[in-house]
Amino acid sequence: MREFFAEYGQLLIDGTAKTITMTVVSTLVTYIIGVPLGVLLTVTAPGSLKPHRTLNAVVGWIVNVGRSIPFIILLVALIPVTRFIVGTSLGTAGAIVPLVVAATPFVARLVETALKEIHPGVAEAALSCGASTRQVIGKVMLRESLPSLVRGASITLITLFGYSAMAGAIGAGGLGDIAIRYGYYRYQDDVMVATIVILIVLVQLIQTSGDLLARTLDKRNR
Amino acid sequence: MIELRNLSKTYTERGREHTALEGIDLTIDDGDIFGIIGMSGAGKSTLVRCINLLERPTSGTVIIDGVDVTAFSGAQLSGLRADIGMVFQDFNLFSQRTVLENVTFPLDIRGDTREGREARGRELLDLVGLSDKASSYPAQLSGGQQQRVSIARALANHPRVILCDEATSALDSMTTNSVLKLLRQINRDLGVTIVVITHEIGVVEKICNKVAVLDGSRIVEHGATSAVLTAPEHEVTKRLLGAVRWDA
Repeated sequence: MREFFAEYGQLLIDGTAKTITMTVVSTLVTYIIGVPLGVLLTVTAPGSLKPHRTLNAVVGWIVNVGRSIPFIILLVALIPVTRFIVGTSLGTAGAIVPLVVAATPFVARLVETALKEIHPGVAEAALSCGASTRQVIGKVMLRESLPSLVRGASITLITLFGYSAMAGAIGAGGLGDIAIRYGYYRYQDDVMVATIVILIVLVQLIQTSGDLLARTLDKRNR
Repeated sequence: MIELRNLSKTYTERGREHTALEGIDLTIDDGDIFGIIGMSGAGKSTLVRCINLLERPTSGTVIIDGVDVTAFSGAQLSGLRADIGMVFQDFNLFSQRTVLENVTFPLDIRGDTREGREARGRELLDLVGLSDKASSYPAQLSGGQQQRVSIARALANHPRVILCDEATSALDSMTTNSVLKLLRQINRDLGVTIVVITHEIGVVEKICNKVAVLDGSRIVEHGATSAVLTAPEHEVTKRLLGAVRWDA
């Protein structure tokens, strides 16, 4: 055990740090793009605040296309785009672009679902108080759905953990890369098991703290 | 004064037209508690939503204090709505905000300072008898208490009019009475005009000085409550009064 950690400890720590960086940074960027998209999908829907059939259909279509492409294909197909945006298609930075592209449509739908849970009468009440569309979105819809958005964020983080492992396969580094290089190519089961254990612990941590945070934020049931 | 002139509203759903309101002419004077009564689907909710333009009439005009507001939009519309409070059947409170934050929401969006908002909020909670619930959340309150919060919210901006859309329909009869008393008190003490949408004749009887009966998208009868209730002319009014026996 001691020997194992002496040999692979640093490798695993670096890998974990890279995986966390990739996941957290891409989740943040994804939300910066995904929240407005989800809002757009919600408010342009028929009967909502600013119904717009064409815009709603176009954005919905793009989101669905984004969600249809398997991540591993997206990963390879996006290499030129990634080079253009971050200068390299390799390493942690190179993984962030495909991760964001893959997760944004997913987050847009999560946000849409969270916003649609709110009773339309609540938005109507805000309008009747004189709120502008922007205020209804910011001060009512997003605020009312905050617990649900937090739950969605932990789902996204966990999904991106999985994706980032795949990105490891094309040289993004991180735990997925370690698992493939040592576990798969070199038959070092102990290293593979160690990476899996770390991933399990991380996923449990995110889910538990996400649930706790959502429950603390939610003022509906007490 | 609220004047509705030849107001009509038609919805088009999947190519089929549905008339919700037709040729509505109505004048609501300052200080009135004006009841609009009708069966389900008569167009009551649509009618009341045309007053603060949550619904746009297809044709006709909405005149408030002599100003044609029908085409208002943007800041003008927000200003108009801020001057007209609204109370809903399902309360429509903000579940993630405290009672005090709910009540002060209209002041928050107007950009009032925190101190100013809280002072006004506490004043309003006092008025509706919920001073001790300021930091509770709506889910912790009973239905009647929630409706009081929404009445306080509707009053936050010192409106001259409050629209009540089936405000007591989700409440039991005792709670209904206490909410109706509160509305009457607001009308008397603050001089706020109140428009009451309801399907219950009892509500009209208890607090409305005038009433209009809506049936099939049209106003079929209107006048002073005492006159309409003692000598109902239209079939629907009689039915609402229970004067026509249930013949099933």
